[in-house]
Amino acid sequence: MICLIEKLKKEYLGRSIVTLLGIVIILVTLSITGFLFYKGLGTFVTYNHSVWEFLFSSDWKPADNFDGGGKVGAAIFIVGSLLISFLALLIATPFSIASAVFMTEISPILGKKLLQPAIGIFVGIPSVVYGWVGLTVLVPAIAHVFNLPYGFSVLAGGIVLALMIFPTITSVSVDAIENVDNGYKEASYALGTTRWQYIYKVMLPSATSGILTGVILGLARAFGEALAVAMVIGKMQTFPDNILSATNNMTAEIASDMGNSAQGGEFNDALWSMALLLLIISFIFILIMRIIAKKGEEVK
Amino acid sequence: MKKIFALFMAVVLVGITMTACSTNTKSSTGSTTTSEVTGSITAAGSSALAPLVQVAADNFQQLNPKASVNVSAGGSGTGLTQVANKSIDIGNSDVTAESKLTADQAATLKDHQICAIGVAAVVNSDVTVTNLSKQQLSDIFTGKITNWNQVGGADEAITLISRPESSGTRALFKQYALDNAVESSNTALSSDDSGTLETNIASTKGSIGYLAFSYLVGKYDVKKMSIDGVAPTLENVYNGSYPVWGTEHMYTNGDATGVTKAFLDYMGTDTFQTQMENLGYNVISKMTTAAGKH
Repeated sequence: MICLIEKLKKEYLGRSIVTLLGIVIILVTLSITGFLFYKGLGTFVTYNHSVWEFLFSSDWKPADNFDGGGKVGAAIFIVGSLLISFLALLIATPFSIASAVFMTEISPILGKKLLQPAIGIFVGIPSVVYGWVGLTVLVPAIAHVFNLPYGFSVLAGGIVLALMIFPTITSVSVDAIENVDNGYKEASYALGTTRWQYIYKVMLPSATSGILTGVILGLARAFGEALAVAMVIGKMQTFPDNILSATNNMTAEIASDMGNSAQGGEFNDALWSMALLLLIISFIFILIMRIIAKKGEEVK
Repeated sequence: MKKIFALFMAVVLVGITMTACSTNTKSSTGSTTTSEVTGSITAAGSSALAPLVQVAADNFQQLNPKASVNVSAGGSGTGLTQVANKSIDIGNSDVTAESKLTADQAATLKDHQICAIGVAAVVNSDVTVTNLSKQQLSDIFTGKITNWNQVGGADEAITLISRPESSGTRALFKQYALDNAVESSNTALSSDDSGTLETNIASTKGSIGYLAFSYLVGKYDVKKMSIDGVAPTLENVYNGSYPVWGTEHMYTNGDATGVTKAFLDYMGTDTFQTQMENLGYNVISKMTTAAGKH
């Protein structure tokens, strides 16, 4: 009997706790997805808007009541989100890969002692601080440099986001580079390559799939970030003419109007639809990441 | 190691059950003893009204140590929806329940009108213009006038800074200052809350926006604009000469009872009304007939 209890404790207690917690997480994910679909489809089911209108029209005037009849074209916000995220990626990726290479190959001691803790700090800074610094330093600076009446712009959003996704891309890239088979390095040096030739011709190509995973992870993070971007893009409801014009994006629009609009009304439902779209886009990112990771495995 | 882990888990589990128990007891005492001024209520909604309700709640709790009033913002829509489904006791709103909820939902709510809030057009301190007519103001916010020299100021581009579409302050300003003219949202920057808007106006040359009077007491970095020669002051709202103001609504689901009633009664007392004016809100009972109903 005692033996049985002993055995139960030793074997099943821990296992059931772990299993239970795992199942809870799966349930939470599923219920969030289910809830977003339930809320997000209201625009199309209850208020009879077409998906086409939502995705491709820029006429955004949803009615803040239960009668409906407004316009729910979210194209400006979708384009804003895409543009700012890709700009952030464009700025951050070169820095990230360079830092990763520096930390792993060029100067591991300096990198591990100085750069890595610095990147850790980057991750720890709350997004409101990035936004606030952006608002008080970056926005006036852009206005000053380009001689504009105000500095709220796609560029400001891109720079702030680039800072925020830089640590994500860097740390995933570092892992990817560290996972490159040491035999490649030895073989390359045996063949007489210089260090740079090895980095450039052997190491980076074989770490590509891992680095790409980091890039997409960064993109997903950029896409979902609301606060910091919202503070510096100006939230002007228009397509940007160039990277110095203000615009709006999905997360900022959701944050602006979610609380003030009546829950279940057309306006509120249209915002939920945008939240659903964000979820779908992040699913797509995860899917792409999986495909890349699988391809990487196959190559190995 | 395993033992330590087991012990840790046990502590966590006991902790979870204990907290669950304590919240239960707390809420049950709250609901059973509402006949005296003991218990706990929640007020949420309009962010324009939240600072005032917070001050009222602090005072009220000092007078009634056994009562507690939790105040949160969240927006008028949140306040209205949550009071309609009874998850909060008082729903604060800048607009009427009828304008946002279904007729069935609105019918269950009772409106308590205690204060009103004025909205002033504000500009960056470099703008030399100090007075605008209503027509000029509409033309500026609809994008017809784009330079300060068209309204007697220096040659400087006008930057519009507005609040989000669903904002109560924006609704008031649109209705009473712009006579419902459709603002040009594709040329206006937007700030989520009044605090950010103030910062943005203060840092953007030639900018114009609007703020509730409650943001214009004490120290502020923007310049107030008169409309048709009338300065935005509490007195001018009372006597009906300044038109841009609206009634704040505090909704309860059904008649107010217990702590809710005591709290709303407290907000109507003379002592608190003086404080209300110091914070930049108009007292609704002092409105003259000339001011009319908003």
